[in-house]
Amino acid sequence: MRIVVCAKQVPDTNEVRIDPIKGTLIRDGVPSILNPDDANALEEALKIKDENPGSEVIVITMGPPQAVEMLRECMAMGADEGILLSDRAFGGADTCATSTTIAAGIKKIKNVDLIIAGRQAIDGDTAQVGPQVAQRLKLPVVTYVQDVKIEDRKAIVKRQMEDGYEVIEVQLPCLLTCVKELNEPRYMTVGGIIDAYQKEISQWNHQDLKLDPRACGLNASPTQVLRSFTPPPKGKGEMITGTNVNEIAEKLVGKFKERHII
Amino acid sequence: MAVRVIIEKCIGCGKCLKNCPFDAITMENKIAVIGDACTSCGSCLDSCPKDAIEQEATNQEAKDLSMYQGVWVFAEQREGKIMPVVVELLGEGKKLAAEIGTELCAVVCGSQNENLAAELFAYGAEKVYLADAPELEKYTTDAYTKVINAAIIQYKPEIILFGATHIGRDLAPCLAVKANTGLTADCTKLEIDPDDHKIMQTRPAFGGNLMATIVCPNNRPQMSTVRPGVMDKAEYQPNRKGEVIRLACSFEAGEIRTKVLEVVKTMAETISLTDAEIIVSGGMGLGKQEGFDLLKQLADKLGGNVGASRACVDAGWIDHCCQVGQTGTTVKPKIYFACGISGAIQHIAGMQDSDLIIAINKNENAPIFEVADFGIVGDLYQVIPAVMEALDKIG
Repeated sequence: MRIVVCAKQVPDTNEVRIDPIKGTLIRDGVPSILNPDDANALEEALKIKDENPGSEVIVITMGPPQAVEMLRECMAMGADEGILLSDRAFGGADTCATSTTIAAGIKKIKNVDLIIAGRQAIDGDTAQVGPQVAQRLKLPVVTYVQDVKIEDRKAIVKRQMEDGYEVIEVQLPCLLTCVKELNEPRYMTVGGIIDAYQKEISQWNHQDLKLDPRACGLNASPTQVLRSFTPPPKGKGEMITGTNVNEIAEKLVGKFKERHII
Repeated sequence: MAVRVIIEKCIGCGKCLKNCPFDAITMENKIAVIGDACTSCGSCLDSCPKDAIEQEATNQEAKDLSMYQGVWVFAEQREGKIMPVVVELLGEGKKLAAEIGTELCAVVCGSQNENLAAELFAYGAEKVYLADAPELEKYTTDAYTKVINAAIIQYKPEIILFGATHIGRDLAPCLAVKANTGLTADCTKLEIDPDDHKIMQTRPAFGGNLMATIVCPNNRPQMSTVRPGVMDKAEYQPNRKGEVIRLACSFEAGEIRTKVLEVVKTMAETISLTDAEIIVSGGMGLGKQEGFDLLKQLADKLGGNVGASRACVDAGWIDHCCQVGQTGTTVKPKIYFACGISGAIQHIAGMQDSDLIIAINKNENAPIFEVADFGIVGDLYQVIPAVMEALDKIG
C-alpha cells in the first residue's frame, strides 16, 4: 500500500493569548506543532504499514520552509518520506486554492492507494481541505472517520455522527479524514529521530507541480478575509458568597426565582 | 483564462474526460468538447497526450453575477426528519433574502420525502427543490453532490446555506469545488450588503481566540456552513404554500462509491445538547468518572442534559456526543452549569452564549468565572447537593 498523509504545521492554539491592550493575538513564543488530528492520520497510516509490510507512508504538507521541521517529526514517528509544497505563489490560499495545490502534489506522487488527513486544523477549523482534495482527485471521500479496517481493495470505516456512527464501505483508492478517537498517536523514537535526519525531504514549487501561479494561492482563492477581531469579552458576573454552602445554594436558587427561570 | 480544444490535434482518446475534476468535458464525434461546467483549472492540459488542449490567457472575464439569484437552504434530513438546524437556516435565510429582495428556497434530498415540502413551506421556504430517489435515503457524498451540483448549474442560486453538521461539512466542500466557488466554514453570524449582495460571514478561528469575517466577492453561489444552535429559528405557519420543483436524479452503477452498511446510535438521550434548555456540564474538577452521576441527578431534577469538557471526553469518562466546545457541540441553553470546568477558550467558545452561566470551581482564579453570570468558589461535591436541597425547598 502506498499511503499519503496530509498534514499541516499549526500554531498551538491552546497557547495563543490575547494582548489585553491591543486586543490582538500574541503569536510570539507560540510553538508550532503537527496539527493534532493529522497526528492521528499519520498514526493510522503507520498502523496500516505495520500490518502490511512493504507499505510506504508519505507525508505531504503545504507551508513555509520551516514546515520541514514538522515533516522531520512525522518521519521520526515512522513516515518514509516527506514532501513540502512551498512557493510564494501558494501563499494566502483559502481552502479552495489549498486543495488545488495539495491535489497536484498527490497527483505527482502517483499510484496512491489511500490518502488520510486530519478532520480539521486547529488554526482554521474549517474541515474543508480534505474533502476538497478528494473532489479534485475525483476520489471517494469519507470524513470524520473514527475506525478503519482495510480489506483487499476496500476500506470499512466508522464515520462519526453527532449521535453515534455509520459503518461505511468505500473502495480504494480513497481519501479519509479522521477524528482524534481513531487512535493514540505513537511517540517519536530515538532511532526514528536519527533516521529522520538522514532521509531526504522533497520540496516542490508551482513549476514542479505544473501549476499556473494564477491557479494557486491568493490569486485562486474565492474567499477573502475582510477583517478579523478578538471576540469581545463578556462582562464578569457576580460571585455568590456566604458563611456556609447551604446559604450559598439558597442565594443561587433565589437568583433563579428572581429571574423566573425555575 | 479559458481552456480550448485544438480540433485538428484531438484524437478523441478521452483521457481529458477522466481527468476533469468538474466532469465538464464530453466527447462529440470523437472530439473533446468543453462544456459550461469548465472552470479553466487546466487539469486537462497535462492529461492530453497530443497537446491538443490549450489554456489561453484572456482578460479576466467578469462573471455575470446577476445571473445568480435566490437564497437556498440545504434541508438536511435524517430518517425522513428535517434536522433542527434547517429551521434555523430558514430563519436566517429569510432575513438575507428579504434584504436583497430575493426568494428563499430549500433543497431536500431523500427517498419518498415529498411530505417534507409542506413543512419547509411552513417554515418560510417559497420554493422547494426536491430530489426523491432510493439512493438518496441515507446521505452519501457522491449521490448528494451529484444531484445538488446539477441543480446549482441549472438554477444558479446566489447563496447556499448548510448546517455545519457532520453531513453539511462533508457535502458543502465538495459542492464548492464543483461550483468553483468559496465556502466559509462554521459561521456564527451572517450579514449582507444590500448593494452588491456580498455576505459577510463571521466565524471563530484559532480555537475561538479570533473571529474572522470572510467574503466571497467574485464567485457565485456564496456558500456557508452555519453552526447549529446559533441562528434564530424560523416561525412555523402551517398554511403557507409554495412551489415544488423536482430535481432529476439518476445514478449509474458504481457512481456512488461509498455504501452505508449500518447506522448506529450511541447517544441514549433523545434530546441533543443543541436543543437542551438546561445543561449541567462537568470538567476535570470532578476528579473521577463517577462525578457525572451527581451532575446527572441535578440535570434530571431540572429536566436538563449532562455536558462535558473535552478533557473528560479524552479521559474516557463520558461519550464524545456530550462534549461542549469548539470541537464538540455549541450550546445556547437557558441555564448552563459549569462544574469543575476551568474554562479553556475552546470550551468557552461553545457555551458563552448561554442565557445564564453558573460556574462552580474550587479555584477562584479559574477563567470560567470571567464568563459566568454567577460564580461559586467551592467544592462541587458540597455545592451541588446543597443546590438540589435548596431547589427541593422551593418545590
